[in-house]
Amino acid sequence: MTQPVTEEQILEPVAATTPGMLRLLLSNRVAVVAGLVVVGFLVMGLLAPALAPYHPNAHHPEAIRAAPFGPAEGGHRFLLGTDSLGRDLLSRIMYGARVSILLGVVVVLLTLVVGTGLGMLAGYFRGSFDAVMSRVVDTLLAFPFLIFALAIMAATGPNLVALVLALAFKGWVDFYRVARGDVLAAREADYVTAARGLGASTPHLLFREILPNIVPPLIVLATLRMATIIIAEASLSFLGIGVPPSIPAWGTMVADGRADVASAWWIATFPGLAILLLVLSVNLFGEGLRDILDPRMRK
Amino acid sequence: MGETILEVRDLHTHFSTYRGLLRAVDGVGLTVERGETLALVGESGCGKSVTALSIMRLVRRPGRIVRGAALFDGEDLLRKSNAAMRRIRGGRIGMVFQDPLSTLNPTFSVETQIVESLKVHGAARGREARERSVELLEAMGIPAPQERLRAYPHELSGGMRQRVMIAIAVSCEPELLIADEPTTALDVTLQAQIMDLLAEIKEQRGLAIVLITHDLGIVSQFSDRAAVMYAGQIVEYGPVAELLEEPLHPYTQGLLRCVPRLGRPDVPITPIEGSVPDMTALPPGCRFAPRCPRVEDRCGGEMPSVYRAGPGRAVRCHLYEGVGEPECSRESG
Repeated sequence: MTQPVTEEQILEPVAATTPGMLRLLLSNRVAVVAGLVVVGFLVMGLLAPALAPYHPNAHHPEAIRAAPFGPAEGGHRFLLGTDSLGRDLLSRIMYGARVSILLGVVVVLLTLVVGTGLGMLAGYFRGSFDAVMSRVVDTLLAFPFLIFALAIMAATGPNLVALVLALAFKGWVDFYRVARGDVLAAREADYVTAARGLGASTPHLLFREILPNIVPPLIVLATLRMATIIIAEASLSFLGIGVPPSIPAWGTMVADGRADVASAWWIATFPGLAILLLVLSVNLFGEGLRDILDPRMRK
Repeated sequence: MGETILEVRDLHTHFSTYRGLLRAVDGVGLTVERGETLALVGESGCGKSVTALSIMRLVRRPGRIVRGAALFDGEDLLRKSNAAMRRIRGGRIGMVFQDPLSTLNPTFSVETQIVESLKVHGAARGREARERSVELLEAMGIPAPQERLRAYPHELSGGMRQRVMIAIAVSCEPELLIADEPTTALDVTLQAQIMDLLAEIKEQRGLAIVLITHDLGIVSQFSDRAAVMYAGQIVEYGPVAELLEEPLHPYTQGLLRCVPRLGRPDVPITPIEGSVPDMTALPPGCRFAPRCPRVEDRCGGEMPSVYRAGPGRAVRCHLYEGVGEPECSRESG
């Protein structure tokens, strides 16, 4: 089990410095591959207008439900086939990555900031603010997400702003709980007392002393939440209450292909695979990050 | 006697716990002259650290300073505004804590942390702050200070970390340094080095030091006067040489019997019988009575007064009634 420790290992400080972290991350093959896949999807989404062979909503009446990997039909080639309206699946998947990633990033950033901010305040100041906030959070946790999302989306109709709010409604709770717990621990840490002993003000303590120490678990949580949000958005779109129909989204595409699964399996399968691959990669990348940022998880 | 820099009067700090009110500091009074070292001695849990934190107003809930005064250079710290207090902390009063690894923020380099403390107090910024940091580390006897500045706390040895902590504590030229068990977390060979460093800084900068420790060896070598604390009260104080040579309070006597004497193998080491009282249910009389070898009938029910016993010496014990004159009344507690 125990391997001999080489001199290099002894001299190498396991530092919290960026180069050290990067090296650790690179040594985790799974995380590297997962990260590359995520970057791939990101590039694909960003460059969709340039990369996609067709406009995502362009109809090709001559090639309805064209099979994937087939020969060119009517001068057009559809690598992943077309759907029931003759739209190119590959182009739609490329554009669909935009909505998934954009919503994921926006919702995660929003919930990260809100949840961390409130959690830090509650954990640091305790008292009635903490008591009230924590009850609110408990209530939200007991609240069925899907029913809430259904209600809000039904009321407003499918639109992106409402979708962001519906997804963020409960999402900040996780950040709140992690931030609050870590601040509770950090505020009692000796280095915080020491900083107070040096005359540091409360904002200084919160943002300069405590925040840097609670960031790693929050980053990991943000990555993992991103996967959840992508799934949630796809689910809502699948139910027809997520992204407006004019914007190509993977969830909508799966729903579109549902009826034809027996005859044209590719219509629902490829967007489903895209969801699977992106979410899996984000999760694996997040776990790789966790292993690096949390020394206890290191093997 | 020189000029008094710190005078603590009748300080009471209580913690409300689930088991009841805990009187961690119960009527402590002490004075520190400019340029001297006062040792605050006692077992763990006797309230010496809370006394220090109270002076700095760093006690947090559920702890509360109930009454008393801490006159620093004539002004009561306990009545200052929070902003004024922040300027004093780290500015005019520096503090060094027990465990240098946990008191340095793990996420920042040494340089950032020193520069930060200089910036907070407006002592220096930018390039000047960086130069000051190098000077400080050099003064703390840290070799290759330029390289050490870039190090993170976990990359430094224990002694090095404590030197950095001291550098930060004295960075803004304080007049008083409160050192809370500065060497307890270090191994013995480093203890002497760090204490020598503190003594040197004290000489050079004319600092007054409140040295909190449970180590009588350190007390005898590095302090001018000592105050012995037991269960939230100071039971005896006086010049170190006399206090250690001829301890008056049975507790101080007991403490000294716990320490091996070099070159005196014939003197047995005797522990103090019993244990520290439950701080939430203190006996009504003398707090040491249940463990005291010279306990009398009234000790259990009557709080002893503080009696003067020779120049600069005082003791809280019934045995000295009539020998010295009472210094203060029996109240408190």
